[in-house]
Amino acid sequence: MLTTTNNSTSTPRTLTSKQLPKFTPWVVAIGSIIVAIIISFVSFGGFNIPVVAVLAGLINMVAVFALSASYEGRRKATDRVATTIVTSSFVLACVPLISLLWLTVSKGGAAINGDLLSRTMLGMKGVLDQQYVAGEAALAGGFYHAIVGTVLITLAACVISIPIGVLTAIYLVEYAGKNRLGKAITFLVDVMTGIPSIVAGLFAFALFSTIANVIMPEAAGIAKTGFTAAVALSVLMVPIVVRNTEEILRLVPMDLREASYALGVPKWKTIVKIVLPTSVSGILSGITIAIARVIGETAPIMVTAGFAKTLNWNLFSGWMSTLPTYIYDSQLRPVSPGDAALASSERAWAAAFVLVTLVMVLNLLARLIAKVLAPKAGR
Amino acid sequence: MPTSTQTTVPGPAGAPEPDSHPESGKGQTPKAVVRPGDRIFSAATLIAGILILLILAGVALFLLAQSTDTIKAQMDDPSSITGGKGFFSYVWPLVIGTLISSAIALLVATPFALGIALFTTHMAPRKLAPALGYVIDLLAAIPSVVYGLWGIALAGNLTAFYLWLSKWFGWIPIFAADENGAVSNTGRTLLTASLVLSIMILPIITSLTREIFLQTPRLQEEAALALGATRWEMIRMSVLPFGKSGIASATMLGLGRALGETMAVAMILSPGLLTASLVVSGNQTIASEIAQNFPEAAGLRLSELITIGLVLFVITLLVNMGARAVVAKTSVKGS
Repeated sequence: MLTTTNNSTSTPRTLTSKQLPKFTPWVVAIGSIIVAIIISFVSFGGFNIPVVAVLAGLINMVAVFALSASYEGRRKATDRVATTIVTSSFVLACVPLISLLWLTVSKGGAAINGDLLSRTMLGMKGVLDQQYVAGEAALAGGFYHAIVGTVLITLAACVISIPIGVLTAIYLVEYAGKNRLGKAITFLVDVMTGIPSIVAGLFAFALFSTIANVIMPEAAGIAKTGFTAAVALSVLMVPIVVRNTEEILRLVPMDLREASYALGVPKWKTIVKIVLPTSVSGILSGITIAIARVIGETAPIMVTAGFAKTLNWNLFSGWMSTLPTYIYDSQLRPVSPGDAALASSERAWAAAFVLVTLVMVLNLLARLIAKVLAPKAGR
Repeated sequence: MPTSTQTTVPGPAGAPEPDSHPESGKGQTPKAVVRPGDRIFSAATLIAGILILLILAGVALFLLAQSTDTIKAQMDDPSSITGGKGFFSYVWPLVIGTLISSAIALLVATPFALGIALFTTHMAPRKLAPALGYVIDLLAAIPSVVYGLWGIALAGNLTAFYLWLSKWFGWIPIFAADENGAVSNTGRTLLTASLVLSIMILPIITSLTREIFLQTPRLQEEAALALGATRWEMIRMSVLPFGKSGIASATMLGLGRALGETMAVAMILSPGLLTASLVVSGNQTIASEIAQNFPEAAGLRLSELITIGLVLFVITLLVNMGARAVVAKTSVKGS
């Protein structure tokens, strides 16, 4: 594989080997796209984006290899082809992201308005959707109840999982050392991150229906409440909070703790006054990421909180809807079947727009927190 | 929180003498002084840690408790279970469907994930790399229900491709058309669901492999380059061998994610009986079977769904534990 320093047949005149000019890959890429378009017109009878993309990719690969192999040698040619493949895999992966965001903005952004945000599905009838599709009325219904549900359930999940998560992380970093319990917890937290979200939902449902069976066997279906959903989300959220917090706490320099101990400060106070404030930015941004993660969960909510059509502020009784379950319900079980299902689909896309915006804002917020609150005197 | 544990400033000797803590008076041990605050705090953190163990045990226990009805029915009268032939013939096609869709997702996603990880770690311009990594992380941030919505909107566009597949590759059973020579005309097939799944597991595999690639010893890379290797040869000689086990565990974690993914499959797939072909409608996965039937389920049906949930839990648990074991065995020291 490695070349010898001297080529016995011809002595190179300079120390640098032959190299194609820097703009070559671009020229070849543009050339192969043009050729692909021509082929598409000739043999497929028109401009077909997927066909052109695949053809252009193949032609580009062959052309780059041939050109480079004949001028720079085989090894350089392989390198160039590998670079092309790796780069195009990245570009290809961006295609679904862009397509998804574009669809969400174009479909959801077009449908969204203040009425949708402030109304529930109370009194919704198929006739209203049919009128909308026929162009006789404005889009009825809305998802105010789903927004309220999302906020309430997520808040409740935070209240449950943040203390457990942060305290566990403190135990792992500050107290466990290398003992067995610490190792077991670390392992199980890892395993917990892999629990399928629907299983977390089933767990919460099974837990509360077992409890409900014991307390009042008569009332079937009482287990489906917003609080059950919050417990399900906590199962998903705790491991994320633990992992993120643990990572940050381990970054706090040992010197700080030792300095504090040397001044006679008790351990718990060292943790509360020194370790936590130092890492607060990381912990908060980790929590925000965890929230962004669970706020979009659908499966655990639908098995634990059902699908509510109307506003419900009570976490402990009755069904609740969240934005994700609202999207699912609207899309798959439209208010009016047939052509008028379009109206339900539009509501679903509008809700998806709100949800995606929410998740993106939370993700940005996490970055912002990490930046703004970070300790200034870091090395 | 502001209690009277404010200690007096230690003398020049520095070491806190026992008598400089009058409030902790009685404990005459010369070394460590344990304050009530310490006890409470360490107990609280310990309880939180144990709670996690309990939750995980609880997941298994309560699912088991709710599936006793199914087990009883299986013992007494297997024909009362959906499908009429007992629990195992009910769950079998679902397990197969789950495994097939995850396997396809993995096959599609892994090469891309490796490519992206290599691109962001070794090929992209240094300054752009973090931003590009963030773009891929955005894929992970998008809720699965939105993927489902997107998949439904796009599924119809894939029918032409499936028709083409069945025309040229129909001799392979997985691309065969049905007896009328047609493929699904909505495009809502297991292959579509698997492709969407592959996009969803792409970010997790990418971010894990990226981290592993970044750990490649700098000296090895530079040594390879110094010996005259091209960039690709350097990657093949130092980065990939170094990351082999990491890549394996990353794909296994991706598999775990794909196995449990519910909504995208539940929304995209129009379910049906188990068929070998991926381009006609049919097949079903465990997670989407639960999601599609749970809202209307009651009694034995409810218990059945919880039982297949338990099956899914066990499968993902095994996969994840396997992946973690691989990581633990080969983890890099000093990371």
